[in-house]
Amino acid sequence: MAPGDDHRDPPGETDQPGVRPAESRSEEHSAPREPLDLTASAVGLAHTLRGAGVDASPERVHAFVLALTAVDTADRRQVYWAGRVTLCSGPDDLDRYDRVFTAFFAGERVSSQGRTRRRIRMGPDAVSSTPASSGEPDAALPELQLVTREASAAELLRHRDVTDLDATERAELHRLLAAFMLPGEARPSRRRDPARRGPIDRRRTVRRMLAAGGEPGALRHEAARPRPRPVVLLLDVSGSMSGYAEVLLRFAHAASRRRDGTTEVFTLGTRLTRVTHELTHRDPDTAMRAVAAAIPDWEGGTRLGETLRAFLDRWGQRGTARGAVAVVLSDGWETGEVGELGEQMARLQRLAHRVVWANPRAGRPGFTPTAGGMAAALPFCDQLVEGHSLAALEHLANVVAGRVAGRDDERARQRRNRTVASSGARSGAAGSTVAPGNSGGVTRA
Amino acid sequence: MSEPNATGTAHGGPGGDAGSTDARLGSDPAPLPDGVWDPASLAQALEGHGYLADEGLATAAYLGLKLRRPLFLEGDAGVGKTAIALALAGVMGAPVIRLQCYEGIDASQALYDWNFPRQVLHLRTAEAAGRDADAETLEAELYDRRFLVARPVLQALETTPSVLLIDEIDRADDEFEALLLEVLSEFSVTVPELGTIRAIEPPLVVLTSNRTREVHDALKRRCYYHWVDHPGFDREVAIVRARLPQVGERLAREVVAAVQAMREQGLLKPPGVAETLDWTEALVALGADHLDAGRATATLGSVLKFREDLERIRAMDVGAMVDRAITEV
Repeated sequence: MAPGDDHRDPPGETDQPGVRPAESRSEEHSAPREPLDLTASAVGLAHTLRGAGVDASPERVHAFVLALTAVDTADRRQVYWAGRVTLCSGPDDLDRYDRVFTAFFAGERVSSQGRTRRRIRMGPDAVSSTPASSGEPDAALPELQLVTREASAAELLRHRDVTDLDATERAELHRLLAAFMLPGEARPSRRRDPARRGPIDRRRTVRRMLAAGGEPGALRHEAARPRPRPVVLLLDVSGSMSGYAEVLLRFAHAASRRRDGTTEVFTLGTRLTRVTHELTHRDPDTAMRAVAAAIPDWEGGTRLGETLRAFLDRWGQRGTARGAVAVVLSDGWETGEVGELGEQMARLQRLAHRVVWANPRAGRPGFTPTAGGMAAALPFCDQLVEGHSLAALEHLANVVAGRVAGRDDERARQRRNRTVASSGARSGAAGSTVAPGNSGGVTRA
Repeated sequence: MSEPNATGTAHGGPGGDAGSTDARLGSDPAPLPDGVWDPASLAQALEGHGYLADEGLATAAYLGLKLRRPLFLEGDAGVGKTAIALALAGVMGAPVIRLQCYEGIDASQALYDWNFPRQVLHLRTAEAAGRDADAETLEAELYDRRFLVARPVLQALETTPSVLLIDEIDRADDEFEALLLEVLSEFSVTVPELGTIRAIEPPLVVLTSNRTREVHDALKRRCYYHWVDHPGFDREVAIVRARLPQVGERLAREVVAAVQAMREQGLLKPPGVAETLDWTEALVALGADHLDAGRATATLGSVLKFREDLERIRAMDVGAMVDRAITEV
């Protein structure tokens, strides 16, 4: 087919004159950068791309320069595509590339626009504002625990609600959080290791035989190598979670530091943001700054159902959630439609191996999972745990690793279905709530 | 050793003459196929093999052919990622060697394996024949090329020209990606007992991914990346007409209009080009020459594969949707 008969692509070209080679050539001469020096232009474009958040590494730039030798560089469309196939590495990069490419060859300066930078509030001021309590019955801060001289500071810190900490305690908490690991529960993989018993390892047995000159020897055995299931963290960063969100993000950082790519972290709010990449930096503070810059809806509203749907459409159903342990870290305050949240949670539960909901509010005395969103989501959660303190997060890590998983999950869920069904009608009947001590409902640390 | 050089077993496949009739250029890693000199001409050549590539895909494929860098194609299921490899092979006149990835795939299934039973047999035969060969000769014989079972990657390196299709790389685990790194950058496989087997001419490697997980950046960096999108209306009609020549223009346009309308509905699994082709085929099998509500509803199962999606589209009154889509065209 002739080039240019489909005007849908490339997107960067549609709003810009000079698509025809003749025009673009004349324009390039008037442009501030000299296009004849291809390498310099390529490096300049890559530099601008890096500023816009595309990971255009030197190796990719090299590939780009090499590709430019193979295409007609007077044709801007060919240059566009040569750059796009070499410098981009995912669908998220494509929009940025289009924007930068258009601007760069129009001679404009491109800053890292389109990303509003936000700072994570650190220190005491982060604690000063209490979470938005929209008519919540348990909005009163919990009482401090009895301080005993014997208890070590760390031990004390473990059970405190993270929103009650002062600056130094917070720093200590962050230090403790850094030691977290969050492996998913193990499952047998298709790879096999030598083992004492199990199916016969043909390869090793025959190799052994071969070494012995063909004499049959002892049989070797093999067994499936266990592999942790992937973990998906879905973190609510809306206004009602302020105070918890940063600590939970630090928890997510420690958890996803395992560089085998099996922990994915997304933030929910008014929109979905994937922060797995931002969290890969070793230093927690640097990672937090990168995350803060990447999240556009920090402390905004909560549309859990919609964002969960976006996650499932774009990631979950393709495979990110398949067979994974999905952890939703949220207080369950939904400003969107509650029915949508229930529907999407049902989808998540069908895809994931297990769905764990960690609710920081569950640690408050008198908590009942009756808030609109929480009640809608609860029937589709395999476990509901707290998420307000270090100890609760430790417990969460154990639940995710399957070390605490009760065998009676199924029965617990059915029991919960019944109680939620009755409480969902807001009848106020006796026994309609799940008591915090209930082993099936809220598992206490 | 019957074949002194393992890499010398090059054969051109069914249409081997089309690939490399020109004199081999020293600077180029591999010669371009006949009739291909730029992305547009490659798009035309691909069209001759029933694949309508857009400009981006043609550029990526052209660069891949010319500089022999692997192509990394990502996109929704059913947008034609695998088909491009087959069409490119057609253009090159080369066989496609396919490696379907799955969890737990490893070197013995992707690169090579020793044929242990044959080795044992060889040893026994030597013994039975009463040969007094010294241990070293016997051992050297054991690790001969003829006891090596070539798996897809090694097969592709030994076949010139060839297209190596590494399908659904996202299903393999990351250990396997690391294994591929050496192959994709060096185009060679090292067998400790035999030495390094290098391709005379690097095969064209096409990797596809449905993006069920993020493939490691180190692997992507070595490839040309292209996101394969759903085609626009005209292109999709052309694809249907090219792949199913027996379909009338009217049916093709109506089916594509309906499918494109469905893609706008935010379904759990938006139908891909593969589903469009399936649906059209199903309608043709029923003897339809245009899309009517009755047949459309009856065959909806060939486009939509989720109960929720089916219910949603059925509830929307398929007849009205088709009518609307057609009037819009």
